[in-house]
Amino acid sequence: MKIFVCVKHVPDSAATIRIIEPKEIGENITFLLNPYDENAVEAAVQLRSEIDDTEVIAVTVGKPAAADTLRSALAMGADRGIHVITEYWPDSIVTARALNAAITQDGDPGLILTGKAAIDSEGFQTQFRVAAMLDIPVATNVGAITLHDDGVEVTCGQEAGGELIIQMSLPCVIGAAKTLNTPRYPTLPDIIKARKKEIKEMKFESLGIGPQDSHMEIIGLRPAVEERRKQFIDGSAQEAVVELIRRLDEEAKIKLVS
Amino acid sequence: MKKIAILIETRQGKIKPSMHGVITAAQGSGHELFALVFDSDGAKYTDELKTFGINKLVAITFRDPAVGSNPDSRARAIIQAMNHFETHTLFALTSLEGKDFLPRVAARLDAPLVIDCLRVNLADSTVEKPQFSGKTVATIHVSGTHRIFGIRPNAIEPKPMPVDTEVVPFEYDGPNDGRYEVKELRKSKVDGIDLSEADIIISGGRGMQNGENFQMLHECARVMGAAVGASRVAVDAGWVPHSMQVGQTGTTVCPKLYIACGISGSVQHFAGMKTSGTIVSINTDPHAAMMQQCDYGIVGDLFEIVPTLTRQLISVSQ
Repeated sequence: MKIFVCVKHVPDSAATIRIIEPKEIGENITFLLNPYDENAVEAAVQLRSEIDDTEVIAVTVGKPAAADTLRSALAMGADRGIHVITEYWPDSIVTARALNAAITQDGDPGLILTGKAAIDSEGFQTQFRVAAMLDIPVATNVGAITLHDDGVEVTCGQEAGGELIIQMSLPCVIGAAKTLNTPRYPTLPDIIKARKKEIKEMKFESLGIGPQDSHMEIIGLRPAVEERRKQFIDGSAQEAVVELIRRLDEEAKIKLVS
Repeated sequence: MKKIAILIETRQGKIKPSMHGVITAAQGSGHELFALVFDSDGAKYTDELKTFGINKLVAITFRDPAVGSNPDSRARAIIQAMNHFETHTLFALTSLEGKDFLPRVAARLDAPLVIDCLRVNLADSTVEKPQFSGKTVATIHVSGTHRIFGIRPNAIEPKPMPVDTEVVPFEYDGPNDGRYEVKELRKSKVDGIDLSEADIIISGGRGMQNGENFQMLHECARVMGAAVGASRVAVDAGWVPHSMQVGQTGTTVCPKLYIACGISGSVQHFAGMKTSGTIVSINTDPHAAMMQQCDYGIVGDLFEIVPTLTRQLISVSQ
């Protein structure tokens, strides 16, 4: 079986984002494999050990630098990579078309895994678009995967800790949650071995993706600055609490008790 | 006349309060608003919805009741209802349910979708949403035959707009897709208010020291009608379940008031709560990031301050 894992090259969540007007970010910061995609790669590598003749293929769509993220997935155990090279960071609609084309060209997907979200664009949708294009089922926010003879059972996180147990036929798309597993740290030999693994490069233009009607275009980017009062409240615990309740009521218009 | 559909989320037979802001985002002169409700007894919501400008309340039912509990089938029903009522724009809540549901609709319609909108401008088809762990706000222009927006809970201030509401039944007659079946729904074991819905959240971090101490936050929360959250440190230590985690890899929240107890304030934690209306931080370390980026900071021992707050609130409410 072929397990495809869709991965994204994203800025480290701890990195300082510098905005280049009007809508770009400075890319001279640490980029890494999207954290939820790490869970997806881990799950794929674990599933490979359960199923005979299984290959794990990491796929990414992005600028040339995204090759680093494919290497990270290969170091975690993916067998080979596919890099659809773009000159810009595309929106979810274009990304899904490119992933679909790359996976279809490689052929015969048995299972497609990815993270439930990318921590840069936070679009929460590419996995669903890929599934719709391939006309296969999809489940997101998945915290457990069990393979059966007739498909796969997944546990999807619901609000306030509820769970939805879904049975899907194969092939299908699964969006991994943080709770799915603990991603492995590649060892130095893993990293060295990953350098020799194959990455197939495809130019986006070569995929034959036509123009589309739907677009989501970023036209502006600004820092999220929340103006805060930054007031310290002093005194004993009792004094501080009374003063806090007063300021919340009078300044912030919040009544803690009715 | 601009026809707009709004998916109404309910909980235990009541409309989620954060829906009011979602409906407000869709209001506008000349707009005709269609509320889509998965409830055969949709009429019971009329009084509430007519105060927010809903013209038609579409009570969606399923010919086969087993179909109605399947999220994928619900998405198909929404598409059928949108086609039937010729609404090309859909608004909903960015809840966990919404994040499962809206992309199914968008993907099938090949329509643009923006989740977690802070603001929507329908006239020029632009929205604002946080990106990069809440560090930036992007303005996004969407185009296509359909437009779908998920609104961050509590991000938009509700505005009443009284109108007359007509109830319209709508039956979805399609079958389940046999390739995606619900085996079981395990209800939440956590009592109380859902984090993403709460007006007030009190959260604990490393300073809580253990899981038992969270009881103190629950007691304070009960008095305030608040939900209890936690930082990643408290979850990773096994003190509280992941469902309580606020932050990048947990729940994103936008309450009117966020009280951080013993939380230093990592970038990832801020990503999940920085759009809160007012932030209070209780910490022994005045230099903690959370103390530097809050509205009201109390330097002190949370084990002294939180119980004092609880007692004070009980005494003034009596």
